[in-house]
Amino acid sequence: MQTTTKALRAPGIQSGQARMKGFLRRTWPLHLMLLPAVILQLIFGYLPLGGLVIAFKDFKPYDGIWGSAWVGLEHFRFMFEYPDSKQVIINTALIAGLKIMFNIAVPFIFALLLNEVRRSSVKRTVQTLVYLPYFISWVFLGGILTDMLASDGIVNSLLNSWFGIEPILFLGEGNWFRFTVVLSDVWQQFGFGTIVYLAALAGVNPSLYEAAEVDGATRWQQTIHVTIPSLIPIVIVVGTLAMGNILNADFDQIFNLYNPLVYEKGDIIDTFVYRTGILNGQYSFGTAVGIFKSVVGFVLIVIGYRIAYKLADYKIF
Amino acid sequence: MYYKSTGYRTFTVFNYLVLLLAGTLCVLPIIHILAVSFSASAPANAHLVGLWPVDFNVESYTKTMNNPNFLRAFLIAIERTALGTFITMSVITLAGYALSKDSSALRSRSVYAWFFVFTMLFNGGVIPTYILIRNLHMMDTIWALVLPGAVQVFNMILLMNFFKATPKELEEAALIDGAGHFTILFKVYLPLALPAIATLSLFSIVGNWNAWFDGLLYINDYRNYPLATFLQTIIVTQDFSKLNPDVNELKNISQRTVKAAQIFIGILPVLLVYPYLQRFFVKGIVLGAVKE
Repeated sequence: MQTTTKALRAPGIQSGQARMKGFLRRTWPLHLMLLPAVILQLIFGYLPLGGLVIAFKDFKPYDGIWGSAWVGLEHFRFMFEYPDSKQVIINTALIAGLKIMFNIAVPFIFALLLNEVRRSSVKRTVQTLVYLPYFISWVFLGGILTDMLASDGIVNSLLNSWFGIEPILFLGEGNWFRFTVVLSDVWQQFGFGTIVYLAALAGVNPSLYEAAEVDGATRWQQTIHVTIPSLIPIVIVVGTLAMGNILNADFDQIFNLYNPLVYEKGDIIDTFVYRTGILNGQYSFGTAVGIFKSVVGFVLIVIGYRIAYKLADYKIF
Repeated sequence: MYYKSTGYRTFTVFNYLVLLLAGTLCVLPIIHILAVSFSASAPANAHLVGLWPVDFNVESYTKTMNNPNFLRAFLIAIERTALGTFITMSVITLAGYALSKDSSALRSRSVYAWFFVFTMLFNGGVIPTYILIRNLHMMDTIWALVLPGAVQVFNMILLMNFFKATPKELEEAALIDGAGHFTILFKVYLPLALPAIATLSLFSIVGNWNAWFDGLLYINDYRNYPLATFLQTIIVTQDFSKLNPDVNELKNISQRTVKAAQIFIGILPVLLVYPYLQRFFVKGIVLGAVKE
C-alpha cells in the first residue's frame, strides 16, 4: 500500500514538502547564527553580574572574588553614614531631576513650535541643526565648553561687553556648575527629544482640526483643545519612564566638565564610583554604591511603567 | 483659514525667528571652535576670535598632523571603529535573522529573546566589568574596547523586526530551490535589509568613534589610547600623569588654536556621517520608541 500511495504523488510536490519539513526540523543553522551573540553576552553581560557579590565582601585583588572575606551589608551601611556619599546622592538626584524636567518641557514646547512651521525647508533645516549636538561626544563638547565658559572665554567677554557683567565661574563655582550642567544637557538633548513628540503630532487625526475650524476655533484654541490633549499620553509615558533615571545624572557630561573645585555640589554617583572605586581601588564600596543606584533606578522604572500603563495604556511588550 | 489672520502671521514671524535662533545656537560652539582653529595663535590666545578666523592660517593643523601622538591615537580610533562596527554588525545580523523566525521554526526562540532582553535590563556595572576584563587579561588590547559592547540588543531587535517584515514568500521560494538558512540570509534578506544595516552601521561608527571611557578604563599605556580617550586626557582633564611629560606635547596643548584643531578633527568624522545619519534615524528611532 505504502509504495502505491507514494507513486501516485507527483515527484516535485513530494520532494518540496519533504524539504520544507527537513528545513523546519533542521534548526542547527539558526542556533549557530545565535552562537556568537550568546557567547559574547554570557561573558560580558552575565559574568559581571556574578562579580556583584564583591559588594558584600571585602574584595582584595590578590585574594580574588571567591577568596575575599564576606562583610555582609557593611559597605551599604558605610555609604549611608559617610557624609560624602550622602551629599553625592543628593547632588545626583537634584541634577538628574532638573534635567528630566527640562528635557521633557523644552522638547515639548519646541515640537509645538516646529509643528506650526508650514514651510518644509525651514522645518528640515531647523531639525538638522538641533539634532546635531546629540551625536557629538561629551569629550569634545566638554573641551569646547570649558574653553568658551572660562573666565576669559568668549561667553564671559560677551556678557561683559554687552551687559557689563563681571566674569562668572560657570564651571568653578558649585551653584553655577549645576546651572551650567543642566543648561548644557538640555542644549545637547532637546532637539533629539522633539522626535518622539513630532511623531505623536504626525499621528493626530486631521478631522479633529477640521471640526475645531468649523466651530470657529482659532489656532491657539486648537492647540489648547486638540494638539496638547493628544500629546498628553506620550508626555506621561516619557515622563514616567524617565523617573528611572533619577540617579542617572550623565557620567560622560559631568566627568568632562567638573573639577575638584565643584566636587561638593557637582559630584554625582557615577563619578564618585569611578574615583573611589577604580582610582582609589575601593572596588567593593564602589560596587555597593553602583548596586544602590541600579536598585533605585529599577524600582522607579517598574513603578513608572505601571503608572504609564494605568494612565496612558502603554505597554512595552 | 487660521493661518491667514494677522495674529497668526505675526506669530509665524516670531516663531521662525525663535526656531532659527535655537537652531543656530546648537551649532555656534562648533563654528566658534572651527574659527579659533584657523586663527593665528596671538589673537586666539587674547580671545579675539568670534565666529570668523582672525589672521587665517592652518598652522594649528600642520602642527597637529605632525604630532605623532595625535596621529597614532587617530589611527587607533579608526581601527577600533572599523573593527567594532564590523563585529557588532556581523553578530547582530546573524542573531537578528535567527530571532526573526517564529517559534515553529526555532522552538527555543523565546528563551533566546529573554536571554538577550535580560542583559538590557540588568548589568554588572563598571567595577565588576573592569575586574572581569582584568581577569581575562584583556587589558591594553583592542578587544577590551570592541568586545564588551559588541552585542547591541536594541539594534538587534530593530533588525529582527526588519527581517520579520520581509515577505515570507521570498523565503519560501528560496527554500523550494533548496537554499539553507545561511543562503537565505545572505542572498535574500541581506540585499533587502541593506538600508537598515547601513543606518545601524552609521550609528555604530558614531558610537565607536565617540567612546572614550572604556579606553580610560582598560588601556594603561597612553600610546594605545583611541583619539577620544587621548583628547579627554590631554585637553579636558589635562592629566599628564599618564603621559611622559613630553615638552613638545605640553607646548602644543598650551596653544588654544592647536587644542581647537584637535577637537575639530575629533568631531569631523561625526559631522561627515551626520547628513546620512539624520536622513534615516528619525524613522528608525520612532519605530523603536513609539508603539501604536
